[in-house]
This record gives sequence, C-alpha cells and structure tokens, in this order.
Amino acid sequence: MDFNSGQFWSSPITYAVFLPAVGALVMLLIPRQQEMTHKVLALITSLVTLGIGIYILTQFDYSAGSRLQGVVDTNWIDAINARYIVGLDGISLPLFALTLLVVPLCVIYSMDHIPAPGNAKAFLILILVLETGMLGSFVAIDLVLFFVFFEVVLLPMYFLIGVWGGEQRQYASIKFFLYTLFGSALMIVAFLALYFLTKNPDGSAAQTFDIRQLQALSGSSIGRTTQLLIFGGMFVGFGIKVPMFPFHTWLPDAHTQAPTVGSVILAAVLLKLGTYGFVRIAIPVLPEAAQSWAPIIGLLAVIGIIYGALCCLAQTDMKRLIAFSSVAHMGYVMLGIATLTPFGINAAIFGMVAHGLITGMLFFLAGSTKERYHTLEIRRLGGLLKSAPRMGWILGFCSMASLGLPGLAGFWGEFPAILSSYNPANPTRATVLFGWSNEVVFRIFMVLAAIGTVLAAGYLLYLYQRVAFGEPKEEFADDPHIHDVNAFEWVSWVPLLVGIVLLGVYPNIVFSVTNETVAPAVQQIAAAVGGG
Amino acid sequence: MPYLLDKAYLLPLIMAGSFLVILLFGKKLLRVAGEKAVAAVGVLAVAVCFVLALVIAGQWIQRVDHPPVEGSPEFAAAKAACLGASEPEGAHEKGGVGERNGAEHGDSTVEDAPSVGGSEHAMGIAEGESAAALAEPSSGESTGGAHSEVLPVCKTITWFETGVANGPTILPGIKFEVGTLVDGLSVMMLVTVGLISLLVHVYSIEYLRGDRRFVHYYAFLSLFTASMLFYVLGTNTLQMLVGWELVGLCSFGLIGHWWEEKKNTDAALKAFLTNRVGDTGLIIGVVVTFFAAGATSFNVLHINEYALSANANKTLLLVGALCLFAGVTSKSGQFPLHTWLPDAMAGPTPVSALIHAATMVVAGVYLIARLYAVFYGGLEIGSSSLHYVAFIGGLTTIIGGALAFVQYDLKKVLAYSTISQLGYMVMALGVGAWTAGVFHLFTHAMFKACLFLGAGSVSHACHHTFDMREMGGLKKYMPVTHATFLVSTLALAGIFPFAGFWSKDEILAGSLHGPSGGENAYYLMLVMGLITAFLTAAYMGRAYYLTFLGEYRGHGHPHESPKVMTVPLVILGFMGAVIGFVNFPGHIGPITIPENLAHRFEHYVQPTFAFPSIEVAPFTLWLAGLSLVLAVGGLVIGIGYYLKGRPLAGLTERNPLARAGYQFLVNKYYLDWLYEDVIADSTKGAIARAMYWVNQNIIDAIVNLFGAGALAIGRGLYRYVDQGVVDGLVNGSGMVSEESGQFLRRIQTGKVQQYAALLFGSAVALVFVLFIVS
Repeated sequence: MDFNSGQFWSSPITYAVFLPAVGALVMLLIPRQQEMTHKVLALITSLVTLGIGIYILTQFDYSAGSRLQGVVDTNWIDAINARYIVGLDGISLPLFALTLLVVPLCVIYSMDHIPAPGNAKAFLILILVLETGMLGSFVAIDLVLFFVFFEVVLLPMYFLIGVWGGEQRQYASIKFFLYTLFGSALMIVAFLALYFLTKNPDGSAAQTFDIRQLQALSGSSIGRTTQLLIFGGMFVGFGIKVPMFPFHTWLPDAHTQAPTVGSVILAAVLLKLGTYGFVRIAIPVLPEAAQSWAPIIGLLAVIGIIYGALCCLAQTDMKRLIAFSSVAHMGYVMLGIATLTPFGINAAIFGMVAHGLITGMLFFLAGSTKERYHTLEIRRLGGLLKSAPRMGWILGFCSMASLGLPGLAGFWGEFPAILSSYNPANPTRATVLFGWSNEVVFRIFMVLAAIGTVLAAGYLLYLYQRVAFGEPKEEFADDPHIHDVNAFEWVSWVPLLVGIVLLGVYPNIVFSVTNETVAPAVQQIAAAVGGG
Repeated sequence: MPYLLDKAYLLPLIMAGSFLVILLFGKKLLRVAGEKAVAAVGVLAVAVCFVLALVIAGQWIQRVDHPPVEGSPEFAAAKAACLGASEPEGAHEKGGVGERNGAEHGDSTVEDAPSVGGSEHAMGIAEGESAAALAEPSSGESTGGAHSEVLPVCKTITWFETGVANGPTILPGIKFEVGTLVDGLSVMMLVTVGLISLLVHVYSIEYLRGDRRFVHYYAFLSLFTASMLFYVLGTNTLQMLVGWELVGLCSFGLIGHWWEEKKNTDAALKAFLTNRVGDTGLIIGVVVTFFAAGATSFNVLHINEYALSANANKTLLLVGALCLFAGVTSKSGQFPLHTWLPDAMAGPTPVSALIHAATMVVAGVYLIARLYAVFYGGLEIGSSSLHYVAFIGGLTTIIGGALAFVQYDLKKVLAYSTISQLGYMVMALGVGAWTAGVFHLFTHAMFKACLFLGAGSVSHACHHTFDMREMGGLKKYMPVTHATFLVSTLALAGIFPFAGFWSKDEILAGSLHGPSGGENAYYLMLVMGLITAFLTAAYMGRAYYLTFLGEYRGHGHPHESPKVMTVPLVILGFMGAVIGFVNFPGHIGPITIPENLAHRFEHYVQPTFAFPSIEVAPFTLWLAGLSLVLAVGGLVIGIGYYLKGRPLAGLTERNPLARAGYQFLVNKYYLDWLYEDVIADSTKGAIARAMYWVNQNIIDAIVNLFGAGALAIGRGLYRYVDQGVVDGLVNGSGMVSEESGQFLRRIQTGKVQQYAALLFGSAVALVFVLFIVS
C-alpha cells in the first residue's frame, strides 16, 4: 500500500473504504446460526479497517493539510464524465478518523447487545455496509461518487431502525428513509445543475462533477438567482441530514426507535454527512450563494439551538431528550459554518467530532440504561449512581461534556462558534433579514447561542438529577438486572471517554489538522466573493 | 531572577496530580490504608502548594523591591513575555499555517531573552516580540504613573492557533495561550487559596470522617484547588473562563455531595444553572473584549492596555464590562443572582468555607480586579459618582445583610453575610478603591472561613444541626471554637483593631474620596456601606448570642471538637485578628506610621502595569470613628435584644410594618419564587411543552401530511386509474392484476425493503461494474 501512489489498487483509502463491504460479503456466505463467527468476523473487519485508517493517519502529511492527499483519480462513468476521485484533507480527515473509531466500538458493544429480534449476521453486515458508505462519503471528491456513497448509507440505517428498532420502528424508519431521500432528490438536481451550468473561463461547458474543478470555477459563470436556487437544493439536502430546523422531525423518531448502535452511528457519523456536505461541497462550490444564504443558515441554526433545547426540556424519555439535544448541538455547528470565518468553520468541524464522541457516548448510555431498566421513562428512573455507580459517573461526565464544560470536548465546538459570530465574514454586507448587516444579525445570533448554553445545562442537569441522583425507585431498588458497566461496555466506551478528555484538554489535535485546510479555503471563498 | 515566579504552573499541576491520584487510586488506598491515607495525599499536595505560594510571594516582594529598570533588556523581555502574542502587527512572520506546528516555539519565558546566547530557539521569538513591544509607542504611557512599573512575570505556551494571520477580509488568526501571570494580585490569591485549602483539607479529615464518599470528597477538593489556581494564574480571559467553569463544576459536585437527598441536588442544580445564566454574560464579555482589543489576543494585560489607551472604544468597553459583570453577578452572588449561594450551604461545611466563602465566590471580584482597566474605562469610574457596578455592589451589601437577620440556620446567616461582604468588595472596586476591595477580599477570606469552620465545629458538637434555636450557651462547652468565632465575628463586624476594621474602613474612605484625588465621591455607596457596617455587626451579634451565649437549648452534651478541627480555627482566628495590619494607612489621625510599615499590601499587590492611575484615599478619622460607632452599636443592639428577652421575632408580631418587612425578608424578596416558580418552571413547563407541541403538531404534522398526501394520491391512482381504467382495459387478466395489486399493497404497507434493496443493491453493483469496466 502506498498512500500517495494515486493508484486504485495500491491506495490504502480504497482498502479502508471497501474492506467493510468485502467483510460483509464474506459474512453473507456464512450461515446465520454461527453467530460467534459473524461477531468475530465483523470485529476483525472493522479493526483491520481501523488499522488501515491508522496507517493513513501516519502517512498523511500534516504540514500540507491544505492539499488533498492520497488522491486516486480514475475514470469511472465516462458517459457523464463522473470520475472515481477520492482523497483526504484536513476537513475530511477528522471525520474519516471518527468513523473508523466509532464502528469497531459499535461492533464490540454489539458482542453482547444484539437487540431483538436477534440475527447477528444481518445486523453486523448492515453495520459494515454502513461503514463503507460513511467512509466513502468522507473521501469522495466527485459529486456522483459522493452521492452514491451518501445513498449507500441510507439503506442499512433504514433496516437497522426498521427491523431492530423500538415499537414504532416502521413509522420511524420510513420517515427517516423518505425524508432523507427527498433531500437527496433535491441534492442530485443541484449537482446536475452544477454539471450543466458551470462553464470554464473560456466559455465552454465544464461538464464535470469534480469538486476541485467546480471549486476552482466557483460558480462564477452561473447567474446569481440560479446559484441561489442550486445552493438551496443542496441546503435542503444537507440540511435534512444535519438536521436543521425545521427539517429535523425525522431525527427524534429515528433516534428513539433505532437500536442503540444505530443511534450511536446516526449521532456520531450520519448527521455529520450533512454538515460535512456544507463545508466540502455547498460553500466552496458556490461561495457567492453561500454568502447570501449565510444569515438564513445562521438564523435556522440559532432557532435550532433554542428550539431544540426547549423541546429537550419537555421530554419524558431519556433517549428522545438526547435526540433533541442533537438538534441544538448541531445548531452550534451550523452557526460556526454560517459565519464563514476560519475559526467558525474550524469550530464547526471540531464540533462535529466532539458531538460525535459525546452524543455517541450518551446514546450508548441510554441503550445500556434501557437494557437494565427496560424503560427510559425519566420519571421511573433514579438513583443510577447508587445502583450502578460507574455508569452514573460516566453519565455525569458525558452530561457535563455535552453542556459544553471547558476542559471537555464540547466546549471547543460551542465557544468558538459563539466567538466567530461576533465578527462574521463580510460584516457590512446587507442581509435578507430586515436588510440588517451581517454583523448585526450575527451578533444577535451570538447572544441567542450563548443563551442556548444555559438551556443546555438546564435539560442535561435535570436529566442527570432525575436519572442518577437520589435513591433508586422502589420498582428497581433490588433489581438484579441493574448491574454496573460490564467488560464489553468498558471496551467500547473508554476510547470515546478518553477522546472527550483529550480533545477537551488539547483541542489542537483537531484544530491543527483542520486549520491547514480551512484557512486557505476560507480565504479562497473570500476572494471569490470579493472585497465585500 | 527569582526562579519560582515563572514556575507558578507547578501549583495547579500538583493539585491536578493529586486529583488524578485520588480519583484513580483513592478507593484502593481507602481499603488498604484507610481514610487518613486518602486525605494525606490531598493534604500533602496542598501543603506543598502553600509552601510554594509563600516562596513565590517572597520572591514577588523581592521583585517589587528591586524591579528591573525600565529600558533594561530584562524589562523589555518581561514586557514581551507578558504581552507576547498580543502585538497586532504580527511581530514575527507567522504564516498561520507554518507556525502552528511549533507550539513549543511559542514558549517565551522571561528568562530566555536576557541570557543572550542562551537557548537558541526561544531567543529569536522573544527578541522579535520585545522589539515589537518597544516599537509600540503608546504602551503603558497612558497609565502615566510616576512610579516605575513593576512588570508581572508571565510565561505562556501556545495551546492552539487557527486562521491565517493578517488575512485580507477575514479574521486574523485566533490564538489561545495557556500560561501563568504572576503579579501581586495573583500571588495574594495563591497564598489565600493555598492557606484556606490546606486548612480545609486538614479540618475535613475529622469533619468528614466515615463519610460514604470520603474519596470523592477529597478528589473534588483537589480538583477544585487545581481549577482555582489555574483560574487565578490565568494570563488571558479564555483561560480564566475555563478555570471559572471548572470551579463551578466542583462547586456543583460538592454542593450535591450528599446527592441522595433531593434538597441537596436541587441546591447543586440551582447553583450551576444560576451561574450558567451569568456565564452567558461572561462568555459574551470575553468575546467583546477580545474583539474590542483588536481581535488578536485574549491576554488580560493586552486588553487592559487597550482599555487604557486613548483610542479605546468606550462603548465597547462599557458593553464588555457589563457583560463580564453578569458573570460576576452570578459567581460572586451579586443581586439579583445571589439566590444560589444560601442554598449552596447544602454542601459539607468545609466546602462552604473554602468554596462558598473564601475562594470561588470571590472569583468574580477577582475578575473585576484583573480586568480593572476595562471596568475603569467602561464605567468611567474615575469621573462618575454612580454607576451600575458600584450600585449593585452597594445594593447587594444591604440586601444580603438584611436577609441575614431572619435566618435561624447559622450557615445561612454566614451565607447571607458572605453575599453582603462580596457586595462590599464589588462596591469597593466600583468606587475605584481597588486596593480596598482586594484587601477586603483577603481579610474576609480569613475570618469568614474561620466563621464557617467554626459553624461546622459547632454543628459537629450539636448533632449536626445548624439551627441556632437548638444551640446557645456553647461558650462554656467549646472554648476554642468560641474564642475563634468571637474574634472572627469582631473582625467581620469591623471592630478595631481586627482585620475587617481596616479593610472596611478603606472601602468607606474610598467611597468618600473617589479614585481621582477627591474629585468625585460616591456618597450613595458611602451611605450604603455605613448602613451595612451597622447591619453586619447587628446580625453577627445576634448569631453570636444565639449560638454561644444564654442557655444550651439542644439535646445531648455538646463537646469541643478535636485538635485537627480546632487548629485550623486558631490559625484563621489569628489571621482574622492581625491580618489587617498588613495595610496600615500612612496616617491615623495625628499618628504617622513609618513608611516601611504603611500600605504594605497596596505596595506589593496593586498593579503598576496596564492599570489605571488611582489615588488611594487617605485614612479619615471621623469616618473610621463613625463606622466603629455603628458597628459597636450594631453589636450592642444585636446582642442586647436577646439579653432582654425580646427577640426580633417578637417585634414582628407586634408591629404590622415590621411583620410585612419580616415576611418580605423571609421570602427572600420573592426572588426564589420568581426564578424557580415563574421563570424556570414556565421554561421547562409551559414554554418547553408549547414548543414541543408545535414540533409534534405543526412541523411534524406537515411532514406527516406530505406522507399521507402521497399515500392518498397513490391509493387514488391505484383504485381509480390502475384498477378502474387499466385493469378494466386488461380484461380477463385477473392473475396479473392481483399480483400487481399485491406488489403495490406491499409498498403501501411499508415493506419497501425488497424494492429499495433491489434498487440500492443494483446501484452499488453498478458502481463496481462501471469502475471495473472502465
């Protein structure tokens, strides 16, 4: 394997992306009765993938993060000039790494947590297919390739929710599937529009799906209104995935109904596909339109922050509460992106990783709570610190991380987003919001986002108080099912917990990687938008 | 160069180490070697810290006595280290991108620069920065101090850096540094935190003996001390924000130490959430000051220097100061966000002494003192005679003092007293009496910690009650506790010559004279301060009487606490008695104090660099006399009322006006009702539910409507078009129609699996095939 060979067959990215699919194929051939074999195979596959990923991390040249690295660029579908282009840079690397980390942890957790109705074979195959889709999405540099991987993700998740989900799994899974598909439809239309409308400087049609070329041409040949419409298409497509208010209603249902591991992957990685789409595609390709849309994105982001937090306060179900908290947290990510500043976008990527670790961990905890108590009704829980002290402490730790306590990962996604809002890109540009300048509207957003931190503390601590503090409720007082963290849980949780502390204490781990790409990219965007 | 001044980072690191050891090995240690071993880890760590803090203090005193001469290379280097990264015009060529990897290169200590030819790598940068510092014309000039500046000792490392420096239209690079800023103010705090934390660590061995969470308790104590030291030493606002939140976390954890009871966890939540409300302001304040000062650095000295410069934007400074003050309001228990502090008494008493009296709650006061130029400039303290901060401080002193009267819980009396005294400190800073405010912080930490620990000792003796109605007459049972409590009461009441007298008097004198040499006086604050002087003495007299005099009203036989508890009391009592002498005024009436004895605290603590020029108010004999008379009068009335058998409650029964006032006080001005029942309940109740209703019944309903609409169209198509028209045409082919019907029905009942699987399976296959073919 040679990271920089540029050859399909010798690029480690190829192996990282397709190995899980190959593993899934192998597992297809083994009868489903051999559950242990499946579990081991899935674990090995995901661990080897992680190994390849670590190899990529060692090969990546961090001092040249602005450059796309490990690029493989070969013909694919000549008829429409769609090419197989993959590569990694500072924006995609953290998310690529996050995915590589989360999947094996989910597999380990599934070792003794295959949800009803069982069938480890199908369950694990789907997770591996999911991994291929997710990794592929983060490395794809061609719009069609990205779209294909983006859609590959959809199906396994649909099954995970629809088959292994809770009582309303049918409704939740179809809602998830159709909603996202609806977004995808608009997204592909936007992609096609880019393909047909983008022109080279000499006036010839560019007819390319290559993100790098589209970025270089930055939509300058497309009419302003058309640009806005195309961006709008992508906005809805990615916005649904994020999910941004008001396209978020699939999320609480999907999360509540999904099996634990499904929720974890959904929160940790899938939501990031949306935000990543903004940073990777929508904004660089159409910077001018992004600038016009930015106040709207910012507005919806802060609405999401406040609204999501308020909805959290109204929840009676622990898992649903955590699900709504994602709406609020992704609001900070989108706010950071909307500022279109280097720090804001760096913060957004940090926020994506942090949210992945923290909320992923919270969903693990919700799953394990459900397994022990057979309910997530907050009213009925209580005294977790007494019944399962370690689990109680971990829940406290994650709640603190989630509410943005400095020193833990959540803070570095939240505070920089607030900071960047004080001074967005093109501060004097008038916005569609009452004609106020960018500066004015974003400063209002800043205050609202800061208020959101109070609400976040509110719902997380109310949750923690009712779940962990106090004496256990009578019905669970001496329940032998309520045991403390077991070995599988430890193994699958410790890396996330360590990650939360590590990124919180030394955020430069992520910032140093992302900034290499973000800073020049933002400058390029600024240059494309021009002086303003 | 005394070598410990730039190694102050050792202190928080030692405490963090202690935290980790107790966290990871505490349980094991407890099993093997018992509680004492666990406590020993913490005590040892904090003892080392305290000794280091004393050494640092000694070295700081040396530095003030023999400062580097202005213009010398050492001076320039120190200045460069302190303002380091803050130069707007990027002194060193940082490509933003390339520089980042050299986080260790950003390490610029004061030592490196003067020793020419010393460490090569740090040399270049330190020189570059010092050059920039010298090139900056305005720096420091505007303070206009006649005396030479004593520069703080700073040591920073770059923690992360993003963005491109000096980009054309976008934000320049944002750099976050972590470091230590050692000057008189931070050294004073190091000593205070070190001493009280040490004594509390020792005291807790006995007080928490046999506690079900002894290990957690000590782990949190260590973490708290580490965070507090980290906060105090912060070189920049962002670092201070981190420390600020971490001490809040420890406060949360320790208030809720006995989390089995809902009352305690409610108090913990209230503390955390109230503080979060204030933190909103703090966060915005940090952001505003950062951008106001040129968006290049969070460095407090840089921000202060900007605030003092002639071109400072006063409006931004005002906004920044008020936002920061919101943080102060919650952390330091200022009206109207003080309500969490009395509830915080639910935590173990030593915690109340350490966190909720002596150290954490003064973090807000410290913030004002640290960013004083921002407040001074923003609120125009030097030329005003009334502004928000001073007024809130004054209001808080009276409000807290009045509430302390109606409490029967000894700890609550002390808690309201703390609120009142914090108000005093804020008021002092508000009227420009910087040294007075900080000095009061220092003296108050001593005697209030003593009072709290004394209350703990009393409760230890009286079956863990804090209800003063079940105490009384403890004087003869607990001689040591009584003596130290009495001394501290007198100190708090401001009786000559105890500590509180001196610091309180400076505040009153400061209000009378103002910071500009008598040009502007804060008369309203002076009156408020005098009222509080009376109130303080009166409620402390009441508390003292109810606890120690009269007849014992509780059960069992109270007893003196063991040495491990009384020794800390004696030490703190002694401090409360004499510590006021460290800042003798220059003249007391006709008596002139020798120069090397007077104003020592001011001399060593008040900054001279990036600090507004303030004229310290002289000692005013009539004012000191008046406040002393008020204090003695308060004590006499407070005790006398009970001596005659006519407790305050009696008055409220007889007099309707007094009764109304009493009710108002008992209900804490109805603020708790407003916050908890009105604001919090409606937020998490009605408002949240309404939002959720909107979510489920409007936004989601639209989604569902789409789904239902599509389904209806499908059904219509199926029934009328497919079955009616198409099927009608395909006459006689019943088989086919039935099959297609079943297929469609399958989709409609939600089983799209097969269909979608087919679709996507073939899509994936297509990707492969197309790839391999091409």
